[in-house]
Amino acid sequence: MHPAIRISSVTKRFGATLALAGIDLEIAQGEFFGLLGPNGAGKTTLISALAGLVRVDSGSLQVMGHDVQSAYRSARRLLGVVPQELVFDPFFTVRETLRMQSGYFGIRNNNAWIEEVIEALDLGDKAAASMRTLSGGMKRRVLVAQALVHRPPVIVLDEPTAGVDVELRQTLWHFIRRLNGEGHTIVLTTHYLEEAESYCERIAMLKQGRIVALDTTANLLRQFSVHRLRLRLAAGGELPVALRARAVEEAGSWVLSFADFAEVEALLATLREAGCPISEINIGQPELEEAFLAVMQRDA
Amino acid sequence: MTGFRTLLYKEVLRFWKVSFQTIAAPVLTALMYLLIFSHVLAGHVRVYDSIGYAAFLVPGLVMMAILQNAFANSSSSLIQSKVTGNIIFMLLPPLSYGEFWLAYVLAAVIRGLVVGLGVLLVTLFWDTPLLVAPLWIIVFALLGGAILGTLGIIAGVWADHYDQLAAFQNFIIVPLTFLSGVFYSIHSLPPFWQALSHWNPVFYMIDGFRYGFFGISDVSPWLSLMVTGTSFVLLAGLTLAMLKSGYKLRS
Repeated sequence: MHPAIRISSVTKRFGATLALAGIDLEIAQGEFFGLLGPNGAGKTTLISALAGLVRVDSGSLQVMGHDVQSAYRSARRLLGVVPQELVFDPFFTVRETLRMQSGYFGIRNNNAWIEEVIEALDLGDKAAASMRTLSGGMKRRVLVAQALVHRPPVIVLDEPTAGVDVELRQTLWHFIRRLNGEGHTIVLTTHYLEEAESYCERIAMLKQGRIVALDTTANLLRQFSVHRLRLRLAAGGELPVALRARAVEEAGSWVLSFADFAEVEALLATLREAGCPISEINIGQPELEEAFLAVMQRDA
Repeated sequence: MTGFRTLLYKEVLRFWKVSFQTIAAPVLTALMYLLIFSHVLAGHVRVYDSIGYAAFLVPGLVMMAILQNAFANSSSSLIQSKVTGNIIFMLLPPLSYGEFWLAYVLAAVIRGLVVGLGVLLVTLFWDTPLLVAPLWIIVFALLGGAILGTLGIIAGVWADHYDQLAAFQNFIIVPLTFLSGVFYSIHSLPPFWQALSHWNPVFYMIDGFRYGFFGISDVSPWLSLMVTGTSFVLLAGLTLAMLKSGYKLRS
């Protein structure tokens, strides 16, 4: 079985800027994959190369085994891309836009699926409205719908929730997870790392056109992030000297980092033995943001 | 073919939805030309002995409307799509560069013909031109529209801003169409300008088109057909090569 996406030794230069510096990446069919990186890391260039919007200088890209240049028709039929920019054609209504997008992909009599996508993305009330009259959030929904009209097995979402409200995010993620559950491969780029952490099984982090980390989300969290024990001491309480070295004071609380839950008992025992009075205690989960920053700083 | 047909449909629907601006306005402009020029110059200018000036003017105005509107259709659609970014919707699907070209050119030809027909219909109230050889009329209308539609694609793809497109239109297309014998026969020009007119391919489009109405022309319609046909093949080849290379569309 071909991987959903295979990227081999891809390089791309824009003038003096090396946008992609030899990318190798495979994404399996059915994966929910995250592509993270700071602005200018090469995420959108990589997606554009995959979609045939950018022609690479060397290397190759395949969608479900079809080369995006030599077999572009097959590759594009298998790929749906939600672009980052909020673009639309002001001449047409939502339904016209979706029917035309379906037609561009060579699909006629696609109305049943188009209506299903319209309903799933809560666009029913606006289906007959002109694109120019829609709010930003509604336009974003149409962009997502446009990427899905030809039922692509591989869906790339380039910052799909940038600047949209909570309701849309929930509608969108509900639908995307449903599609992923039905076997569609999802590739997500986002600056909202909590979204990537919640949905992506595997993550690649890009920096200056290179992949600087590639692993499962759980492994990245384990490797680059820590759990935190946050303590607020009762009046008169003092943190035991044994814990001072590893504690950081933040807004009146002490924060102790630990890698494994097995350490928690030892920490609490130290506090108990010292008779340290505690008024509040909570344990924070590792965060992808922390892992992201650690990776970016490691490769600075 | 569904992709090509959809793109053609979209391009036709696009201009049809704003038909007041894309059809009615150019028809009115052509009518103004006819009113003013035929009123001012009637009696002063006689191009062909057997044909009144207003009748002489009509085919030229019809062809000018076809050419200018064919160019406007493809060029304005592409520059709008590029500037607003929605060109991506045509670049992501599996459309070939040939389908892309053909859809834009055919839509441009259709708009040119609709406007041209509109001009012909309103000018019928003025002075009914003859229709000596309708096949020539159809051939030159189609070829002229296709050439200017293709030029519109070149301009729309090349231009990054509206002012660049306006420069292309105002400094290339308008002089070529105005200095092509729409309002006069080139035989009435001094020798230098006459010789220069023979280098203008639009002159052959209009002269051949006019031959279809009156059976009279400045040069043989076969020569006009050869020049027009060759221009079309060369421009189509250039445009297809440009689209295949991804020039300004796929970086």
